[in-house]
Amino acid sequence: MSAAAGDITARSTGRDPYRLGRGDGGHGVATGHGEGGPASPFVTVAYGFWIFLLSDIVMFSAFFAAYAVLVNATAGGPTGRELFDLTTVATQTGVLLTSTFTAGLAMLAAHRRAMLACQLWLLVTGVLGAAFLLLEIQEFVTMIGEGVGPTRSAFLSAFFALVGCHGTHVGLGLLWLGTMMAQLWVKGFRADIIRRLHCFSLFWHALDIIWVAIFSLVYLLGASS
Amino acid sequence: MLAPAVTAAALLSGCAGGVLDPQGPIGAGNRTILLNSLAVMLVIVIPTLIALLFFAWKYRASNTKARYDPEFTYSGRIELIVWSIPTLTILFLGGLIYYGSHALEPSRPIASERATLQIQVVSLDWKWLFIYPEHAIGTVNRLVIPTGTPIRFTLTSGSVMNVFFVPQLGSMIYVMNGMRSQLHLQADNPGVYYGQSAHFSGDGFSDMNFEVEALPPEEFATWTAAQRNAGGVLNAAAYQELARQSIDEPVRVFGHVQPGLFDAIVRQTLPPAPRPLATAAGPPPRPRGRLRGPRATRRSGPNEPNPTRPATATNRAKERIDDARKARLVRNSIP
Amino acid sequence: MLGKLDWSAIPFHEPIPLGAALVVFLAAVAVLGWITVKGYWSYLWNEWITSVDHKRIGVMYIVLAALMLLRGFIDAIMMRSQQVMAVHGPGYLPPEHYDQIFSAHGTIMIFFAGMPFVIGLMNFAVPLQLGIRDVAFPTLNSVSFWLTASGALLVNISLVVGEFARTGWLPYAPLSETTYSPGVGVDYYLWAIQISGVGTLLTGVNFVTTILKIRAPGMGYLRMPMFCWTSLAASLLIVAAFPVLTATLAMLTLDRYLGFHFFTNEAGGNQMMFVNLIWAWGHPEVYILVLPAFGIFSEIFSTFSSKPLFGYRSMVAATLFICIVSFMVWLHHFFTMGAGANVNAAFGIATSVIAVGTGVKIYNWLFTMYGGRVRFDTPMLWAMAFVTTFIIGGMTGVLLAVPPADFMLHNSLFLVAHFHNVIISGVLFGAFAGYTYWFPKAFGFRLHEGWGKAAFWATLAGYILVFAPLYIVGLKGMTRRLQHIEVDAWVPWLQIAAVGIVVMIAGAALQIVQLWVSIRDRESLRDETGDPWDGRSLEWSTPSPPPSFNYAHLPHVENEEPYWSIKQRAMEEQDPQEVEYEPIHMPRNSPTGFITAFFATLIGFALIWHIWWLAVAGFVGAYATFVVFAWRDRTEVEIPAEEVERIDRDSRATQLAWLRQRERVT
Repeated sequence: MSAAAGDITARSTGRDPYRLGRGDGGHGVATGHGEGGPASPFVTVAYGFWIFLLSDIVMFSAFFAAYAVLVNATAGGPTGRELFDLTTVATQTGVLLTSTFTAGLAMLAAHRRAMLACQLWLLVTGVLGAAFLLLEIQEFVTMIGEGVGPTRSAFLSAFFALVGCHGTHVGLGLLWLGTMMAQLWVKGFRADIIRRLHCFSLFWHALDIIWVAIFSLVYLLGASS
Repeated sequence: MLAPAVTAAALLSGCAGGVLDPQGPIGAGNRTILLNSLAVMLVIVIPTLIALLFFAWKYRASNTKARYDPEFTYSGRIELIVWSIPTLTILFLGGLIYYGSHALEPSRPIASERATLQIQVVSLDWKWLFIYPEHAIGTVNRLVIPTGTPIRFTLTSGSVMNVFFVPQLGSMIYVMNGMRSQLHLQADNPGVYYGQSAHFSGDGFSDMNFEVEALPPEEFATWTAAQRNAGGVLNAAAYQELARQSIDEPVRVFGHVQPGLFDAIVRQTLPPAPRPLATAAGPPPRPRGRLRGPRATRRSGPNEPNPTRPATATNRAKERIDDARKARLVRNSIP
Repeated sequence: MLGKLDWSAIPFHEPIPLGAALVVFLAAVAVLGWITVKGYWSYLWNEWITSVDHKRIGVMYIVLAALMLLRGFIDAIMMRSQQVMAVHGPGYLPPEHYDQIFSAHGTIMIFFAGMPFVIGLMNFAVPLQLGIRDVAFPTLNSVSFWLTASGALLVNISLVVGEFARTGWLPYAPLSETTYSPGVGVDYYLWAIQISGVGTLLTGVNFVTTILKIRAPGMGYLRMPMFCWTSLAASLLIVAAFPVLTATLAMLTLDRYLGFHFFTNEAGGNQMMFVNLIWAWGHPEVYILVLPAFGIFSEIFSTFSSKPLFGYRSMVAATLFICIVSFMVWLHHFFTMGAGANVNAAFGIATSVIAVGTGVKIYNWLFTMYGGRVRFDTPMLWAMAFVTTFIIGGMTGVLLAVPPADFMLHNSLFLVAHFHNVIISGVLFGAFAGYTYWFPKAFGFRLHEGWGKAAFWATLAGYILVFAPLYIVGLKGMTRRLQHIEVDAWVPWLQIAAVGIVVMIAGAALQIVQLWVSIRDRESLRDETGDPWDGRSLEWSTPSPPPSFNYAHLPHVENEEPYWSIKQRAMEEQDPQEVEYEPIHMPRNSPTGFITAFFATLIGFALIWHIWWLAVAGFVGAYATFVVFAWRDRTEVEIPAEEVERIDRDSRATQLAWLRQRERVT
């Protein structure tokens, strides 16, 4: 999600060729009322990535909606109450939340331009994320092995799709993380790399928020129903 | 431009046979609401159309007499009017919508001195099955009803989504497997009406039309009695056979329908129609490598010539189409 | 190791698709051959295929849209002709072929003709109107275009290799499940739409960011041209609605590929949920198509009336109102599914409420003409045809929003006539108007006016002749998507519609003639001043065509209609003051978009035919492309100050001379 935006977002610093007004040439301040001209690359990239994240959340909402519609369509098969093991889920939650925390620590290190600290915290984030994914894959494999996979009922289809969609995002995030760590190592704290790190941390935090929703609406509600 | 043309033409053509020529109270109610809504809208639309054409003509650049006023970009009064006109229209229409949605809700019974006749409807690929539970008879692709009697349809599908629609009787309703839809209709006048599926459901969709015959109640009673003597049993096995995919199924009668058959279909204890090309002989093997023409792959399947289907030229042509289609399905299907 | 793919996938025994494929193949070979002979490959690669310039990308979108419009139109011709020939008989298109044709017609027209045309015009005009140099994410823009092209390619490949979906343009379940559609057709549809859907979503993100965060200094929200406002609203709708489409089609894909049960008949699947989800996307989609067209018409009404747009602020309010309410009306697409009286009434009322926003717009256009000096060049003709016929289409839409009326007219040809009425007059006429309006800016010469007017009248006449009878035949009870006709009363009206389509063919032919003649006579149609229409927004202050950097200096905006006030002031000047030029950094061209789409097409094709190793290879390739792009050190190209100065001075001298001459005349 990086931008090639360089000086296309730069303001013109020449004088006012049409003699229209004072126009101080703008210095990239907030463009709500338009006075400042184009926003800086950092603002532009972060804003754009936020909009993308909002769209991703809308996609998750559709999966949540499908889950809500299908939660009782168990076709004679097991319900959430019978299936969900809250211990594993609690572990997964702890792991993912910790990884969000370490991602935050990595961003702080990036602000300080501390390469080793940043890479270390990114690595911990990745390991924790991988642990989360491993636990989830284990859960899926076990369920499928016991014949309660996604093909058993509509409820299970919705469950596997929703949780699996989140897991896929985590997996892709790990791929992105690995690429970022390599880039950071090779190229250092360049402005565009820092922008991308910010985008990654936004992504990782958003995934955490979605997990909290899954944890509450799917597992907790399901296990207690 | 179009609306006056449409309404004029519709009126001039006598609008026989369509939704503007209803033969029952539901259709009549729908038509009234449609025409009332149209009138409300035309009150706004026609003056607006005239104004658009008039302003464009009056303020054309070559008309030097018209006043050029480039500063005229805002007027509070005009804003008030242009927001109010549509809003008032919508308020009016909203009332019509609310009233109409309730009065003509398909699941709402029709008030009448006569007892309501129950009919169960199952859509299949690609025909309609009608069951009269009170008489335990059934028909395929032909619906006979008594006039002046409210009919309560309970509908489902034996396969994919369809829509049951008799334009001259009134409202249509979706039919879906595993679900029960409700529709109330009534035919006031005797006659033969056209019925169809109004939701695309596959290759045989265009042949899913059926006759609706409305008979005076005494004749209807005679007809039901005659069907019971006509023979033909619709039980689970016969239903499975009927549910196999076929196009342009001829009209059929079942003198006895097993009670509870419809409920079994709704509850899916009688499962939906089987997958195309799956037969007792098993799925056909996947062709490998060589070119296969339509004749080279004669596979057994649900579209084998129907034994009750007469060997007319049209049917032979249909069979040729079926063969080519089967061959295509064979090429592209998963084993 | 080719999955399900083998020679039987090619329709050697079906003359029509085979013939069509042959024609396309020969045309493609001819075009590629001509490019090779003339040595244009490096020009094409460097200036167009790898371009990240919004102007170039916009033109490519429109070229794609025009080609797919033609393909969709041919499908329509086949449908109309089949219906007049297949009365009590089979016609010339067997059901399995006819069903693919109407499905392809809808899919292509919405996703690969309508959307790209509108997005192309947005791409070309919005940055120019905002007074900036490019969109927020230029390379992402290129990726968006090429992914859309990839989807279009997959749909066209299905003509020759395999088959297309036979489920209609929205693949309702359970017909689209493997039980009832075991072939590859629905899979072609799913992957083509998913791939191009990613492209569209990225466009939405790009334009929301651009319009909200990157504008010329002084251009506050209420100084943006109306086209930018409607593009913003459409982009917000894209961001909010397309993910729902992605999710819903993903659920159907999971059903088909992995045996999930979201929408199946058995194991608890819910086909009504498919209908709800798909229309929760589907209704905002039609506003994504039509809102930019409304914006184009706002520009055209004001330019060709030589007057500012009337009621600018209420136009903005109406646009945002439509944007928001479009998410609250989706159930009107299935009133007959049996939701009950209260639910039906609520959605019926919400649907009529949305008509308030559109009504306000029409009145604002009306009063823009009031007190103006209206010139009837071709763009204005399209606008007048739009505003008069769109009212009828909107009216029939509100009629359909009344549930009892819909209980008789759902899925009938009345419905078909309604949505073609609004889409053609709104989106298509808007696209043609925008194409004619901005063509001189893009290419430096105008389109021939006479041929344009002829094309207009033929298209308008044909369109009325096709769809007015369809309203009538819908009232007579005819349902849509019929492969043959059994009711004689419908036939005369279908015959009139068939005549109409012949007239529309003439209209399409005249459009093509207009383009050919304009290119041939381009010297006499040259646009010297950059402002052929006496425009009011900033794009008309640039030369035609604009330099790659659009503006040597970003304009400082003081009023609404910034260019108009620039024009007024410039006429008072005697000499432009001495300005300093600085080097401009523009984003570097990149093959990322093209290569990403190449791998996307590979992935799509592989998944359709179950060639799993190829799909994996495609994903690896796509990821590699991403890494290569991310690894770039040089992301920009510098245009030296001297070159900027040279380009700018030339054009400003010409422009100033024209302004002074105009002042003497007026």
